[in-house]
Amino acid sequence: MHTTFQGYRRDNRRVGVRNHVIVLPVDDLSNAAAEAVANNIKGALAIPHPYGRLQFGADLELHFRTLIGAGCNPNVAAVVVIGIEEQWTKRVVDGIAATGKPVAGFGIELHGDHDTIMRASKAAREFVQYASELKRVDCPLSELWVSCKCGESDTTSGCGSNPTVGNAFDKLYAAGCTLVFGETTEITGGEQIVAARCRNDKVRKDFMRVFDRYQEVINRHKTSDLSDSQPTKGNIAGGLTTIEEKALGNIQKIGRKCTVDGVLDKAEAPTHKGLWFMDSSSAAAEMVTLCAAAGYVVHFFPTGQGNVIGNPILPVIKLCANPRTVRTMSEHIDLDVSGLLQREITIDQAGDRLLDMMFRTANGRLTAAEALGHREFVLTRLYESA
Amino acid sequence: MIHCVLHDPGDSVAVVVVEGIKAGQTLTGLILDEDRTITVACTQDIPLGHKVALKDLNVGDTVIKYGIDIGKVVAPIKAGAHAHVHNIKTKRW
Repeated sequence: MHTTFQGYRRDNRRVGVRNHVIVLPVDDLSNAAAEAVANNIKGALAIPHPYGRLQFGADLELHFRTLIGAGCNPNVAAVVVIGIEEQWTKRVVDGIAATGKPVAGFGIELHGDHDTIMRASKAAREFVQYASELKRVDCPLSELWVSCKCGESDTTSGCGSNPTVGNAFDKLYAAGCTLVFGETTEITGGEQIVAARCRNDKVRKDFMRVFDRYQEVINRHKTSDLSDSQPTKGNIAGGLTTIEEKALGNIQKIGRKCTVDGVLDKAEAPTHKGLWFMDSSSAAAEMVTLCAAAGYVVHFFPTGQGNVIGNPILPVIKLCANPRTVRTMSEHIDLDVSGLLQREITIDQAGDRLLDMMFRTANGRLTAAEALGHREFVLTRLYESA
Repeated sequence: MIHCVLHDPGDSVAVVVVEGIKAGQTLTGLILDEDRTITVACTQDIPLGHKVALKDLNVGDTVIKYGIDIGKVVAPIKAGAHAHVHNIKTKRW
């Protein structure tokens, strides 16, 4: 395994593998202006989304944590923030400014779209020129933060692609990297296995508290055994029958040797190396967006039936062990590990191939999702607006 | 050629990993955790990714996969038959 990669070292010492300049709307009213700025300035990427109004409490805190976290992610070189009014816009700007990277904010009220677009475009132009002179440098592997989530799983996920991630995670854990897994409801049936992997009683208690809370939400709102939604119709078409079966496949992603060292809230950044469990949605783009907000820079995404999502700032590596999916949806797949199920490669070899693809991606290779323009940025909501 | 895989030798089901499995075929099954093979006689057509029962299972029995409980049998299943949402349900929700 390589011991270094070529990354962008930001002012706060964190290392990224991409160099994005993003135009980040605080709220849905600011999407049009953000897109107009990205149209004006080549190399600026708008990240529109549907929320940011009248949210309150923990739901509002999550909204700010996600936007600020995305701006702080070391894959991002600079940020232009646009909001309808100045105060929440400033909150996002100040949060990102703590990293030392260039960031500027613009409020639409008292100005209108056109004046805002003009002022924000001037800032975006400076930022893309600044970013274009930044260079990659050699960085130790231990500074790479890697996340994982599986999507459109089927039984080949639990048999092949998820264990491949587990094998890679075992090796990255030993190298001192910072890792995360999540999808709280998709641990259902395997929660005792995850609990047994927790480092100590405190981590175990935190994990069970988070798991039980989400179970209570499911039980409070369900109208059936959820066999229409979780597992999904795609999961079921691919052969997964129960949430327990899905969970045991899911948990393969943490390998055999990693310890669960801590529990994160949604979009919360880890505070030390090791494997973290993040309380998170099992919906693919939501969870990847939460990982990006927490500061992860590369994502392993094992799929069975063919999940196609990406993320604007976090490169998503798709691996698949389903021979039909790698044949019929090949443009979406970065790594074919279907040979595992024909005994053509060992799990160790599959894990090494994933690590090789990770180094190539970290060093600049565009993932299939990036090349295809999949940039799903999906915010997690906790409850209705006020 | 491997037709199906299972994780633990005690599993009650195996996963079909090739397309076109038809009733009456004899399948080669790979035990992933032990890297050795078994044979499975299948009595129904089984789509790619779907499970084949490795033993007779009665209503109320626990289905074992990964060496662990993955759900309950809700309609009788004979060895070699297609095992999925029509005869297995979650115990959790």
